[in-house]
Amino acid sequence: MSVLVGNETRLVVQGITGREGAFHAEACRDYGTDLVAGVVPGKGGQTAVGVPVFDTVAEAVAKTHANVGFVLVPPPFCADAYAEAVDAGLDLVVSITEGVPTRDMVRVMRTVPPGGTRILGPNCPGVISPGKAKVGIMPGFIHREGHVGVVSRSGTLTYEAVHQLSERGIGQSTCVGIGGDPVIGTNFVDVLELFAADDDTGAVILIGEIGGGAEEEAADFIRRELKKPVVAFIAGQTAPPGRRMGHAGAIVMGGQGTAAGKMEALRSAGCTVVESPAEMGAAMETRLRG
Amino acid sequence: MNLHEHQAKALLAGYGVPIPRGKVAFSADEAVAAASELGLPVVVKAQIHAGGRGKAGGVRLARTEDEVRAAADAILGATLVTKQTGPEGRLVRRLLVEEGVAIARELYVSFIVDRSTGRPMCVASAAGGMDIEEVAAETPEKILTVTVDPALGMQPFQARRLAFGLGFEGPVFRNGTKFLTALYRAFEGLDASQVEINPMLVTEGGDVLALDAKVSVDDSALFRQPEVAALRDIHEESPLEVEASKHRLSYIKLDGSVGCMVNGAGLAMATMDIVKLAGASPANFLDVGGGASAEQIENAFRILSSDPEVRVVLINIFGGILRCDRLAKGLIAAVRKLGVTLPIVIRMEGTNVELARGMLEESGLDFTTADGMRDAAGQVVKRLAGQEAA
Repeated sequence: MSVLVGNETRLVVQGITGREGAFHAEACRDYGTDLVAGVVPGKGGQTAVGVPVFDTVAEAVAKTHANVGFVLVPPPFCADAYAEAVDAGLDLVVSITEGVPTRDMVRVMRTVPPGGTRILGPNCPGVISPGKAKVGIMPGFIHREGHVGVVSRSGTLTYEAVHQLSERGIGQSTCVGIGGDPVIGTNFVDVLELFAADDDTGAVILIGEIGGGAEEEAADFIRRELKKPVVAFIAGQTAPPGRRMGHAGAIVMGGQGTAAGKMEALRSAGCTVVESPAEMGAAMETRLRG
Repeated sequence: MNLHEHQAKALLAGYGVPIPRGKVAFSADEAVAAASELGLPVVVKAQIHAGGRGKAGGVRLARTEDEVRAAADAILGATLVTKQTGPEGRLVRRLLVEEGVAIARELYVSFIVDRSTGRPMCVASAAGGMDIEEVAAETPEKILTVTVDPALGMQPFQARRLAFGLGFEGPVFRNGTKFLTALYRAFEGLDASQVEINPMLVTEGGDVLALDAKVSVDDSALFRQPEVAALRDIHEESPLEVEASKHRLSYIKLDGSVGCMVNGAGLAMATMDIVKLAGASPANFLDVGGGASAEQIENAFRILSSDPEVRVVLINIFGGILRCDRLAKGLIAAVRKLGVTLPIVIRMEGTNVELARGMLEESGLDFTTADGMRDAAGQVVKRLAGQEAA
């Protein structure tokens, strides 16, 4: 097994006729994801990347039994595309779009019924279960099939962690980028819950950043419920307070959201916390041997 | 995006938030004219994007025209150093001249988006005029919070709960609930990431006013907030950061000597961290983004290397969408075009990395290629030490 995406994933790409949409739809299919449909309002009936295009997500679901959405649309339209996926009852909808207004995310999260569609992102690399399916923009070839779950607020830093693991022959069950924005659909704790229940995931790498309190919440969950080894790294140990470091969410305010506080919380929850981003893979190797 | 106090107040007033009467002044003459229009006494306030102005001498009470002129002369053109400006301080280019009001009570209120619930939250306290983080740390029982359902907006019972909690009574109670409701509407309508009123004032006459106002607007929403976007004051930003933002690069100047160029914000922060762990110090945060073109890379390089503190450049790219060969091509072109003489350490991984390494070697330029992040940081330190020895 794996979490979020796998062999059962049937992908619909929202915005498939755009340059980005077509490029990433093709890349996901080439990796082995079962791409079944595209959605672009007004372009129903056409074909793109070898699959039928529909006007609405609901129609794509009715005709192709799509169960996972991938949103590749510009920021002003992203929340609406998420909401349409939620309304159509997809299991999961992922968006990589950067620059989605926070208020749009606040509103769209309000539309998800309990037990409804899981939203991943925005502004994230997506999710990949190596050897099974990828719904995202990560380079597939750096991954290996295996049993370490990876969850991260960052994009390329996640690739870095995966690269360090694969180099050591350590494969991954699922790698999830949750995104660096202030309001996101899926948080660390949501993914850790999935990893905790997944028999195929034996250990976890958690990559956090300065800002907010999501890493502290993750530490609480790990202490209480996650009986698997966890290696963690927090980016931004050297970032000055009050400055937003690229990601809208990465800012230390009034002494809250510091790297030191997050590292301490994770350490006291039993995680191996590495200070250097070059040590993530080696630390996991040590934990798996121990 | 941050706003000046006078801009924030004007926007809030548009949503019905009561503010003192005031006028902006760019010279002492304008300040005097504003004071005679408003009526003395007035308060003369420095307008910079940083808090702590009062303690730094940037807010003065003036009872006569001469005092207005003296205050304006003293503040305009001065460089204020507050705990939020950093040691270099901030030059004052404009003033807000405001009517003096008789203060009965000072309180605190703000709206933010609470990340753990993903909803707007109001934070209020009867301890106004103080650093709210200190209040929260020392006397958390004095902090009131209310979480707002974005589909419903601020409900009357929520405004009442806050008003009771703040100890409002009679006409002040009615004015207070109106104030809080209007403030929420402004927070929502402006796509604000934060609206902070410190202090929120109760006057001797029972009015509730925003005596100070800090509004930060979500950068991602500026496309639909043209009125706010037009208020940008680039004097409040560092010139290199302004230049970077024109090219959609995310750049923040720091005080070290290692110029960093990285793709992805998380990896960029992690690169700064490993530079520091190796014993050097980053000169900047610079994220070139996921799909950087050759032109982007040239712009990034120009901005990074125009910082005179930079002595070594560290490039750390994990190529996914951004292919390493495209990066190498852009980089070689940029170094040739700009005539860069700084030593450059490059660590690349990902798509087409072998091809890219070959291109760098064949270029004949002074590139040091590193294997992994730790090696890259080590090479940087070595090049810095080499410079000191020479």
